[in-house]
Amino acid sequence: MAVVAFLIKRLFQAALVMFVISLIGFSIQDNLGDPLRELVGQSVSEAQREALRDEMGLNDPFLVQYWRFLGKAVQGDLGDSYFFKRPALDVIADKFPATLDLVIGATLIILLISIPMGCYCAIRPKDGLARVVMGASVLGLSIPVFLTAIFLIYVFSVNLGWLASFGRGEHLVEILPGWKTGFLTWDGLAHLILPSIALSSIMLALFIRLIRSEMMEVLEQDYIKFAWAKGLPARRVWFLHAFKNTLLPVITVGGVQIGIMLAYTILTEKVFQWPGVGFMFIEAVNRVDTPLIIAYIIVVGLIFVVTNTVVDLIYTLVNPTVRLVGKQT
Amino acid sequence: MTFHFTKAATVALMGVGLALGAPLIGAAPAEAKTLRMAYDADPVSLDPQEQLSGGTLQFSHMVFDPLVRFTKELEFEPRLAESWEQIDDRTMRFHLREGVTFHSGNPFTAEDVVFTMERMKQSPDFKGLFEPFVGAVAIDEHTVDLVTKEPYPLVLNLATYLFPMDKAFYTGTDENGQPKDALVKHGNTFASTQASGTGPFVVRSREQGVRLEFERFADYWDTESPGNVTEIIFTPIKEAPTRVASLLSGGVDFIAPVPPTDLERLGNDDSINLVTMSGTRIITFQMNQERVEAFQDPRVRQAIVYAINNAGIVDKIMKGFGTVAAQQSAAGQAGHAPELEPRFDVEKAKALMEEAGYADGFSITMMAPNNRYVNDAKIAEAAAAMLAKINIDVDLTTMPKAQYWPEFDKRAADIMMIGWHPDTEDSANYTEYLLMTPDAETGYGQYNSGNYSNPEVDEMIVQSRTMVDLEARSALLQDVERKLYEDAAFVPLHWQNLSWAAAQGIHIEDIVNVMNFPYLGDLVIDD
Repeated sequence: MAVVAFLIKRLFQAALVMFVISLIGFSIQDNLGDPLRELVGQSVSEAQREALRDEMGLNDPFLVQYWRFLGKAVQGDLGDSYFFKRPALDVIADKFPATLDLVIGATLIILLISIPMGCYCAIRPKDGLARVVMGASVLGLSIPVFLTAIFLIYVFSVNLGWLASFGRGEHLVEILPGWKTGFLTWDGLAHLILPSIALSSIMLALFIRLIRSEMMEVLEQDYIKFAWAKGLPARRVWFLHAFKNTLLPVITVGGVQIGIMLAYTILTEKVFQWPGVGFMFIEAVNRVDTPLIIAYIIVVGLIFVVTNTVVDLIYTLVNPTVRLVGKQT
Repeated sequence: MTFHFTKAATVALMGVGLALGAPLIGAAPAEAKTLRMAYDADPVSLDPQEQLSGGTLQFSHMVFDPLVRFTKELEFEPRLAESWEQIDDRTMRFHLREGVTFHSGNPFTAEDVVFTMERMKQSPDFKGLFEPFVGAVAIDEHTVDLVTKEPYPLVLNLATYLFPMDKAFYTGTDENGQPKDALVKHGNTFASTQASGTGPFVVRSREQGVRLEFERFADYWDTESPGNVTEIIFTPIKEAPTRVASLLSGGVDFIAPVPPTDLERLGNDDSINLVTMSGTRIITFQMNQERVEAFQDPRVRQAIVYAINNAGIVDKIMKGFGTVAAQQSAAGQAGHAPELEPRFDVEKAKALMEEAGYADGFSITMMAPNNRYVNDAKIAEAAAAMLAKINIDVDLTTMPKAQYWPEFDKRAADIMMIGWHPDTEDSANYTEYLLMTPDAETGYGQYNSGNYSNPEVDEMIVQSRTMVDLEARSALLQDVERKLYEDAAFVPLHWQNLSWAAAQGIHIEDIVNVMNFPYLGDLVIDD
């Protein structure tokens, strides 16, 4: 029951968030620039541009345009991209698998490295390796993603010639209709590795530090001391009792970070010419492709709402004392 | 599936050719040669008439052929037109090449030229350029007349923009019930996704913004072309460092443009074939005489020109990747007055300011884009600092081009940056758009944010539009440059250079040109 009520509440919140986002997105579009400048050549006369603007309905009052947009939006039509000349949502759907590949790659790297490293640094904080890892994590946090990306390209692609410097490669495997992934071929992986590392760089450092500090705090708690006193084996104390309670704040932060990761995909995809939604978005901004910009903002907003809902649900699984909706009587 | 088959078929055919040809002439075996190229952007559409831009024209030279084209020396070279003659002062007759076929298999005739011209005059982007034309008239199957409203000196220049489209292919209605020749700037059309030209390459597949694949047209008419590229994989790579890295790592073989910061590095690399040349895009500042009273005084405008060290900008900011300018017309263009020298002399500038009564200077605003021209924002910063030396205090704002153009249209600052490349490669075009008295009716002076107005110059440019005596016309246009120089009508900075880089063995030096339309059909790749 609680879960259903929670989901219904979230659904309303999502609708409200979408509405506000669309309103904000729509009201800033005049400040993004003039789409006509990107659609026509430089010597086209102002009168000609004005005629096209009229034809496209860009000269209508704000409320008329917004009402027209809302009317279509509730039917799932967010307008056609000026550049791709197709429905904006279709374009995003086409580009999404590429971004998903990248996010999955980066998430794998983060999980596989940050958990063991974080735990190790918490358990043996004075160890030499732990100090090196902590030092490196400060670097990881402070170097901008695009710099990491260019550095990786120059080392592994230009100098060593091991990995590809741009794009997704040609050998992709279609695992679901419309979803081609690069994970299943060597060529695909050779294109995936560098951007995944670049995308994971900041988040990885953050997670190592987070897991370490959380775990150190947990290790100081009474029930752990009691577990030691009881003579439980070290592994059981660390990885069952302590680690499980370390996870709670990590999941909360993780949920928020997935959204932030989407922002970093814009930088990563731009440097690697990765044909995903992040690169599509930055290009849409450069081209003043307003329908696509607004559609992207709305889809990202939706992703935020969904991930946060999922995080809240996972929370209850990890820690049953957390309640979803208010207090139950 | 089909393309695998075609590929297999091509290989098989080449095998046959090899078996037959090798013993006879003993030539080196012909093999598939793939060019993987990366530009900063891909063409927005497969329709050659949808957008008047460098990207579209580069694409047009691959998939279509113009009637005539410019050589490297800016002379006219026959393509689909074998020869041409002036019939009367308003008519140019073109004799078309016979035996040319479109990618669809349809034969190329005069009707296709008429169709193309009619469609051109409907195109929002191109119709301004083709405004002087009445139209094209088919005389017989392989003869066509281009008729102008008045005597017009640039018929051949514009014939380089006339890429005949396959009339039969673009006639009828598509699956959505739209006419196949529809030209819509912001909608899906048949012509924006399908192409049938006579050019050296056929579009094989296209994923917009990601990848564009071409293969050589088996029935290409120009059998004398040395070009031996059989396949082109075109990838846009927006980010300059990634584009350079991809060339260095062998991910692609040919890139353009090369960012100025990497020129030295690529030039010193033995495995890279770097080609640069002076271009015809002029970068200037315009001084708004309506917003700033002082700018109405020619001495103040001259002082500003004298104060800005444009040679220093080319040297330090552009790393030599530009040609210092004193006028709009580049060397080789009709109106280029060779004696005009760049002016830089701070003492002279100060003296002129004093003479004009502005020794104490004044404050102005300046705007420039930050992602439109090479190093645009840095150039504006340098210029602002230089003007401080003659007591002109500059409040500079830079912004992305998407936001800049609306500001430019509003004439929102006292000094604004504008670069210009004439679509016609003709000198009059610079002045027509940048410095003639703005007139919404005629479209003259559309980009004249300085509101510079000189009736004499206006008259000379209008006169040049109908002068068919090219020598007299050239002298007139040179006089225009002299007047503008004298008047300090604008601040000339430099012409941007063009740059391409490829792996060694790919002879791009033979096919690139000042218009920046590489003739890839003629590209030779060593074995």
